Amino acid sequence: MANVNIKINGQDLCVDEGLTVLQAAQQAGIGIPTLCYHADLALDGVCRVCSVEVKGQRALCASCVYPVSEGMEVLTHSPKVRNARKVIVELMLANHPQDCLICARNQNCELQAMARELGVQDVRFTGDRKDIPTDSSSTSVVRDPDKCILCGRCVRTCQDIQSVGALHFSGRGWDTEIVAGLGGDLADAVCVSCGQCINRCPTGALKGNDPSAKIWDAIYDPAKHVIVQTAPAVRASIGEEFGMEPGSRVTRKMVTALRMLGFDKVFDTDFTADLTIMEEGSELIQRVTKGGVLPQITSCSPGWINFIEYYYPELLPHLSSCKSPQQMFGTLTKTYYAEKMGIDPKDIVSVSIMPCVAKKFECDRPEMYSSGYKDVDYVLTTREAAAMMKEAGIDLPSLEDGEYDAPFGITTGAGAIFGNTGGVMEAALRTAYELITGEALDDVNITAVRGTDGIREATIQVGALPVKAAVAHGLATAREVLEGIKSGRYKDYAFIEIMCCPGGCIGGGGQPQPTNEEIRKKRIEGIYAEDGAMELRKSHENPAIKAIYEEFLGEPLSHKSHDLLHTTYTPRSQRTVKSEKPTKVQID
Amino acid sequence: MAFYRAHILVDSGTAAVLKGANAVRNTLIEEIKSRGLDKEIKVVETGALGLAGAVPAIVVYPEGVTYANVTVEDVPEIVEEHLLKGRRVQRLVYKDDTPAVVKAAGSARSAEMRVVLKNIGVIDPTSIDEYIAMSGYEALAKALTAMTPEDVIAEMKASGLNGRGGAGFPTGLKWEFTAKADGDIKYIVCNADEGEPGNFKDRLIMEGDPHQIIEGMVIAAYATGAQKGFIYIRGEYQQSVANTERAIDVAREMGLLGCDIMGSGLNFDIEVFKGAGAYICGEETALLASIEGFRGESRVKPPYPPTHGLFGKPTVINNVETLANVPHIIVNGAQWYSEIGTARSKGTKIFSPCGDVQYPGVYEVPFGSTLREVIFGMAGGIKSGKKFKAVLMGGPSGVLVGEDALDRRLCSEDLNPGAGALIVLDETKCVVDLIRNCAQFFLHESCGQCTPCREGTKRMVELFDWWAAGSGSEQDLMLADQLATTMALTSRCGLGQFAGVAFKSSISLFEDEYLAHLADKSCPAGVCDMDKVEEEVRA
Repeated sequence: MANVNIKINGQDLCVDEGLTVLQAAQQAGIGIPTLCYHADLALDGVCRVCSVEVKGQRALCASCVYPVSEGMEVLTHSPKVRNARKVIVELMLANHPQDCLICARNQNCELQAMARELGVQDVRFTGDRKDIPTDSSSTSVVRDPDKCILCGRCVRTCQDIQSVGALHFSGRGWDTEIVAGLGGDLADAVCVSCGQCINRCPTGALKGNDPSAKIWDAIYDPAKHVIVQTAPAVRASIGEEFGMEPGSRVTRKMVTALRMLGFDKVFDTDFTADLTIMEEGSELIQRVTKGGVLPQITSCSPGWINFIEYYYPELLPHLSSCKSPQQMFGTLTKTYYAEKMGIDPKDIVSVSIMPCVAKKFECDRPEMYSSGYKDVDYVLTTREAAAMMKEAGIDLPSLEDGEYDAPFGITTGAGAIFGNTGGVMEAALRTAYELITGEALDDVNITAVRGTDGIREATIQVGALPVKAAVAHGLATAREVLEGIKSGRYKDYAFIEIMCCPGGCIGGGGQPQPTNEEIRKKRIEGIYAEDGAMELRKSHENPAIKAIYEEFLGEPLSHKSHDLLHTTYTPRSQRTVKSEKPTKVQID
Repeated sequence: MAFYRAHILVDSGTAAVLKGANAVRNTLIEEIKSRGLDKEIKVVETGALGLAGAVPAIVVYPEGVTYANVTVEDVPEIVEEHLLKGRRVQRLVYKDDTPAVVKAAGSARSAEMRVVLKNIGVIDPTSIDEYIAMSGYEALAKALTAMTPEDVIAEMKASGLNGRGGAGFPTGLKWEFTAKADGDIKYIVCNADEGEPGNFKDRLIMEGDPHQIIEGMVIAAYATGAQKGFIYIRGEYQQSVANTERAIDVAREMGLLGCDIMGSGLNFDIEVFKGAGAYICGEETALLASIEGFRGESRVKPPYPPTHGLFGKPTVINNVETLANVPHIIVNGAQWYSEIGTARSKGTKIFSPCGDVQYPGVYEVPFGSTLREVIFGMAGGIKSGKKFKAVLMGGPSGVLVGEDALDRRLCSEDLNPGAGALIVLDETKCVVDLIRNCAQFFLHESCGQCTPCREGTKRMVELFDWWAAGSGSEQDLMLADQLATTMALTSRCGLGQFAGVAFKSSISLFEDEYLAHLADKSCPAGVCDMDKVEEEVRA
């Protein structure tokens, strides 16, 4: 690409001609404030706080969308620019509750940080302020439109990254608001509950539906046996909530923290990730050998499940019937574990800590009561779990390491890599290779399926059998894959992994804010480091897995497995409204 | 061909139709028939005559007598007295004289110079024959047979024609960008979403002489290589839509649109797209978004429409008046055109003075005419003997000027006329009330995308409301000034950038009047109700 010569704040720069003024300034180490800009998203240029002075232009230019050109002279912090930015932020604050002290985003809010950074110390505009009720109808995402600054990052996320379009701009001018579906409750909209909107919201307008009050109650109820499971992705991200670098592995410190919080047992979802590999791998072998529907697609990501149920119900037979690791875990806690420990399952409160808000939806599904009870009672996000720790005075980084409890604490590296895109595929291949060929893998690192490209395709030689596999993450790319299946493009593929969120679970809607490409990559590095450090790297070598089959389940795909570990799906392409009853026509 | 001893032109513009022009026309036809005069006298519908407040109006030819404010009850008298007995019905005669629009048909007494409006009120807009009889489609024939596309663009550039929508970008240059842009498909879009309050010139052209626009667009298509055109007409302009659509159909039937136009091999067709009432859709990128089926919201520039326009394809977007100028330039040549007007503003400009003037209407004058000539010379000055106070130039998004600007010249070198509205205020009007009214317009019309416009228009209305209710403070003036400056500098499109212009331009001009409201809590013009309880107004 050709270069152009520009001048920013008097400094001569030679930059790529395809850059925006914002990018060129960032390269030169000049910070320009932004709000509607997000590195993951298409450019929009609506908030206007990144405005800069470009010589020869009548008005200021939004640097996030303004391309550089030869000879351009830019001033990023002239008095004109600084005054204008201040007034813009003042306007935002004038139409905002300004209740920072009691906001979930206090001290981690882009609007708050901007006001401080720009030196906004007074809001001179008084008058009307929007007053729209908070929408808590969804079990996953809570929307507080009063805190919304209409930057549109959530809308672009839902539309462009997830191809869902549950959120829209509605109304015009001062009456503009972001609405769910056609303007009703989010719970009634075609929302897949992924929470990617939350991760990209600069303010407290979007957050998870937080069940922590009920969990505190359970912990302090002596009649309840409260257990907690921790998802693979959480260990490489929860440290960020305590100021640690993204990707810092804090697995065992987290175990200590949860024990300090008062959970009776601290377990690891990695265990049921291993179990998923046994069940899902066996299912795949069965489909291949007995002529089932192929390619088989993974089923551990609940936002993805919602997506296919809504948009591609005709492809549901491709889904593995395996429950997600969280739900397998919940079922086993209230059956196998209860039996083993002699605890009445009604007294067990099963909590999970997930990088995900769709898991909140998933645990409420009617299919998820196969233990006879609600298999998982409450789902906390990484953020909410960290908030509980802080409330209990726990400083995670300074803790000693702790160990997970038996019997669900023995895990493998294969379970850990479920936390990022390509991980389920790699874990499945490690096991399938050895089960089918009877030979040990030379190198357990199957790098062909790693990486962060939207769709990755590979052919892995399993003995004499070439297995064609594909991996996709983010629902817009998932849609491409599903269209590919419909058009026959994947007809000779055996196995496809799909994760709802970009980067897989490490980029989930329950993860620390901010989450962006750079942070996701660091978390993925953390997960692979966790895998590399494990003694056991293959699910089928997990002794606790062998034990549970011997003691309880029998064998993969056994009758009991089917009852407890597998599930069914519901086509949701037809909209059902509970209140509408068929009316009888009276004939006189 | 039948010959008639008299023609009666009935103003069938939107305003006239709303006030009952159709009933007047029908009664006229019946009355003429009942007296057996229908072989002698023909009733013709024309576009608006530009009489604004004085409709329904009719013009009786060959005398050229204009009757204004005609009701159904007046019709028998007109037929009886004028058409049978040859006596004018004096009580209905407009201005004791013929209106400017009628004078233009031949009179040299008028300071008007009718180029674009020459056929308005003269021909039947539903008849392509009448347009052709007035040299219509001659320019297209000339362009297609005697000129290359490059010649056309060169002619346009040499003419110095600038856009008439308000921004004044050189038209030939715009065409050249699109002609040189890569693209298998290119578009010509006519911006007929005339939404700026006080402007009604484009409506007059569409209602009275729609073929002129079509001809301009086909020439633009030839010059740029476009295949498809859209005329984006504001939804309220039903008569414009009807007349334009009818003209397109007839032009297509005659081979002037569609495949192989005039046997030249040029393929180009036009579709009318009706707006849904949003002012923002007059902003060119929002207009394109609207045609594409999206919310009417402006888009980021650059890239600009000539290279990345409708559906991402190279697109020329021109205002109605701009396109209507094209045939005249092609027929008469760039040299002729560039001799009209001033050094930087070539040709004529259509103005629509309205508000407190005696004869609101539509007048076409060469650039460089003074504000006084248009307001006092043509629009008859201030009505009811009041004194002149100010003019809002171009509409609410323009600057406010006072008496000292009356002798300034209307051109880009001196006083920029914007799209052509001249909203005139007499001495009884209050400046706070005026800018409050403007601010309310922008609050209502802001698309809501960008912060400065969405939030700023709201705060501006609140401040002005408080001032008009006696609960302003002197500090407010600086705050509102800062707000208007920020909106002008940082809004995403012209709507927000110009929303505070009228206010800003009025501060120094009417400082005393502002201070009277803010410091003394009094409205010198006696318009604002300053007696509200402060606590209730400004919580």
